[in-house]
Amino acid sequence: MQVFLKVWRQADAKSEGQFVTYTVENVTEDMSFFEMLDMLNNQLVLKGEEPIAFDHDCREGICGTCGLFINGRAHGPLRGITTCQLHMRSFNDGDSIVVEPWRAEAFPVIKDLIVDRTAFDRIMSAGGYISVNTGGVPDANTIPVPKPKADEAFDAAACIGCGACVATCKNSSAMLFVAAKVSHLALLPQGQVERKQRALNLIAAMDMEGFGACTNTGACEIECPKEISLVHIARLNREFLKASLI
Amino acid sequence: MNWFFRFMNSSVGKKIIMATTGLLLCSFLIIHLFGNLFLYGGPELFNTYVERLASVKPLIRVIEVLLALIFLFHILNSLWLTLGNRKANPVKYDVNRTRDNSSFFSRYMGITGSIIFIFLAVHLSTFWYKFQIDHEGGQFYRIVTGNTVGFNNPYITGLYILAMILLGFHLRHGFQSAFQTFGIRYNKYGKLIEAIAVLFWFAIPLGFVLIPIYFGLLKGGF
Ligand code: HEM
Ligand code: SF4
Ligand code: FES
Repeated sequence: MQVFLKVWRQADAKSEGQFVTYTVENVTEDMSFFEMLDMLNNQLVLKGEEPIAFDHDCREGICGTCGLFINGRAHGPLRGITTCQLHMRSFNDGDSIVVEPWRAEAFPVIKDLIVDRTAFDRIMSAGGYISVNTGGVPDANTIPVPKPKADEAFDAAACIGCGACVATCKNSSAMLFVAAKVSHLALLPQGQVERKQRALNLIAAMDMEGFGACTNTGACEIECPKEISLVHIARLNREFLKASLI
Repeated sequence: MNWFFRFMNSSVGKKIIMATTGLLLCSFLIIHLFGNLFLYGGPELFNTYVERLASVKPLIRVIEVLLALIFLFHILNSLWLTLGNRKANPVKYDVNRTRDNSSFFSRYMGITGSIIFIFLAVHLSTFWYKFQIDHEGGQFYRIVTGNTVGFNNPYITGLYILAMILLGFHLRHGFQSAFQTFGIRYNKYGKLIEAIAVLFWFAIPLGFVLIPIYFGLLKGGF
């Protein structure tokens, strides 16, 4: 099949970008979206042009490195997948496909489709962890965790930090990401010691990085490749209220 | 006091103010609608009701000041939030299929709120002003149904109908959103909140909108 791409090209963080259109031929429906881009990039290199820069690493939906805004949807039109898990069978012959980088003040474009997501790292270092003494590895089951709590904590821990929640949010809010971190650790015994401080510090860090506030539109939950639920944002709000007022 | 400023300055704190003031305004809607129902009883009943209210003026004044403060907080805070949110998201996508992932009502809270604000300004500068200062010797019913600022004026009737529909839109998202903001939407009260939400976004705005429809479109002279 043949597709018509309209891709955001931007030489570096300081340059003005613009859309460039490409026609990609001989696309098969078994190709992943990235394989289609790889094919186009090979052709660009052969022509002596700059290939399109995009982020990717594992290409199997677990690392959180990839992320493109495709035809108006974060990670493309399907639910519950990352961009690297999107295949060309989701498109039709002759389709026009608009490919844009994540847009958010806190995620500046570095080049083409790559954005700088170190704001997430700074949020994590503000409290997205537990402090433990190093030493021998403790036995796995010394701290009992009820199964339902473990499952819910795991649902939150599934967040891969891709930033789709921010990308799709009309306010560029990072609430779903922060909620996943706070919820994950608030549910587990290991997270109790720093529980209050974690909620306060992560939200303060999120605000400082220039992410917006939450309007509860729920777009993040729909676009999240790990289907992190708004239930976790509710818990984050509770954690914040308790930590602030009590 | 340190924690207080930190709370007020944080995005979640601002949302909690939004939700608290929003729900307080919702409770005021019930009282206001109750009063409006006296209109259906005719001029005498309505005028007597308003006179009765006037006899507890000091109490009314206190409630009015509280209400004004709640409105002020809700509006200024929404402005503060909205400006911050714009700043966080300055570059728009070329194509953005927001319809696929969020409701219309949730995306236009600022717009519906702003039109409700215009309505509020008109409402206060006409009905409230006339009722307080210029009531032609207790002719309250005539003010409401008349053709200067009342429902015999098609512009007034139109504005009231539009504003009440938009109030329904605002609360379609806002009511349940407030409970999400408090962190209590997804628990054993979820179903109950959903049921009460229908009262606030549908039944109450419907009660309000029937008044300009009845006194303006059906009984009115235009
Ligand atoms: C007078 C003009 C008004 C303006 C400008 C306004 C503006 C807004 C805005 C922008 C939001 C969304 C904030 C956000 O989440 O980003 C909001 C939320 C809300 N508003 Fe209003 N509003 C107004 C009047 C009202 C009235 C009359 C009521 C109720 C009777 C109301 C009830 C609510 C509720 C319950 C919320 C949800 C709070 C939350 O999401 O947690 N608002 N308002
Ligand atoms: S919450 Fe979901 S969308 Fe947001 S960063 Fe984590 S995995 Fe990505
Ligand atoms: S490249 Fe690792 S999740 Fe897509």
